[in-house]
Amino acid sequence: MPASVHSEEQDQSMLDASAPQEQEEQTDVLELEEKRIVVLPGASDTAASFQFEGEGHTLGNALRYAIMKNPEVEFCGYTIPHPSETKMNLRIQTYDTTTATEALEKGLDTLMDLCDVVTDKFTTERDAFNASQGDRMEA
Amino acid sequence: MAPLVPSQEELDRRRLVDINPETVSNIPSTDFPGHWPGESHEWSLEKFKNDLKIEFHRNERFEASFSLIGVDASIANAFRRILMAEVPSIAIEFVFVHNNTSVIQDEVLAQRLGLIPLKGSVEGINWMRWFKKPTEDDPEGSNPADYNTIVLRLDVECTKNPDADPQEEDPRKLYKNAHVYAKDLTFHPVGRQDQFFVGMDTIQPVNPDILIAKLRPGQAIEMELHCIKGIGADHAKFSPVATASYRLLPDIKILRPIIGEDAKKFAKCFPSGVIGLEPVTREEAAQKGSGYEGHEGEQKAVVVDPFKDTVSRECLRHEEFQGKVKLGRMRDHFIFNIESVGQFESDSLFLESVKVLKLKCARWKRGLTDLMR
Repeated sequence: MPASVHSEEQDQSMLDASAPQEQEEQTDVLELEEKRIVVLPGASDTAASFQFEGEGHTLGNALRYAIMKNPEVEFCGYTIPHPSETKMNLRIQTYDTTTATEALEKGLDTLMDLCDVVTDKFTTERDAFNASQGDRMEA
Repeated sequence: MAPLVPSQEELDRRRLVDINPETVSNIPSTDFPGHWPGESHEWSLEKFKNDLKIEFHRNERFEASFSLIGVDASIANAFRRILMAEVPSIAIEFVFVHNNTSVIQDEVLAQRLGLIPLKGSVEGINWMRWFKKPTEDDPEGSNPADYNTIVLRLDVECTKNPDADPQEEDPRKLYKNAHVYAKDLTFHPVGRQDQFFVGMDTIQPVNPDILIAKLRPGQAIEMELHCIKGIGADHAKFSPVATASYRLLPDIKILRPIIGEDAKKFAKCFPSGVIGLEPVTREEAAQKGSGYEGHEGEQKAVVVDPFKDTVSRECLRHEEFQGKVKLGRMRDHFIFNIESVGQFESDSLFLESVKVLKLKCARWKRGLTDLMR
């Protein structure tokens, strides 16, 4: 390999690098990183704005839908305050029978249940379709 | 008090997004508690389970088409967005140029290499972890290791072909390695990678014939390429889909009879197969006020397959069809089309997107329990 002007360590080829003694399976930072929800100032029990770091319309709109499906929720909406910041604000106002945090938790549960149903149905339908296609091929 | 249940007619009306000559109307979904007085619309998993339908239209390895019926636009859109931007795949990210005497500059070449779609054992790709780049908060980042980096090499040198005909003008015959293709990338497994990426499952370009560079005798490219796992939100090269899109099922209603020459013209306003022609039956002609009186045996227009319609709205431009036809789209019928780049099978990509959405919720829920404590 040609000599390098950079420090050896930086420019060392991965193929030449000696294997680390102990294969430290570093805990997956991105996957396990604690996600922190920030409650914006001015919140009360039944009305609060939550700020989600690193989220956008994908979760924002889906979560808004799930929370709005709860009859104890008076209002739910989301916004992305600035396009160059990956932040999503979610506003929840509930009736007195519940709290904003509970409504949010229920919304997340709703979405997770929904995902399970979609996965189940998709798998069965796909398998059925593949089987019927296979039959047609043989015929 | 038991909640009110609207009539089927009313429910059908709510399912439609109306398409008018210049506008669309009845756009937002209204199935929320509190929108319609007396009706429930509360989330019910049981109801969702019963109402959800999935119909496959096509399921090829790298292209799938299916209908997702009975979900809200926000959910369908979340799946579509996740497919494009958040399902991970691998691509070349770091290029170490040891030698490049070709006419194509290092940085341009590196950019081209990054965009080459790669494939390999799905199991192996799932086993791989993220490679964390150094940031301001964490100047260390991750070290390249077998579980986060895949090494490819590109070593080509162009030479004269001594066996070539002196009259030859095609550089590919005149020289050896005049064209560098994606198939010239070689995979070098490190550590445990050779347990996953073996045989057909080695890391290789999806399309071996992608032209990377052109060389002339004496020019050479020698580089080491590091591939990492990433998501489409970071760079489009990590997106596992070529396209992931949906459209709403079109709906065509013929309100008043369209007969004879008009029917033929009407059928021509749509792609073939959408509108069919049928003779008016004796019963229809005998029925007073049906609009078919005295037209027995003539051709009338009938809707055969709205699925094929492109909703061009051509029929709304013609005087003779005014008030006779109503166009719309089914609010909760999403016709998905997913085309894989080649690393994953297209149907498993959708399942992957559902998994990502669930994972996101689970992660935020954990963050929420911290908040509630």
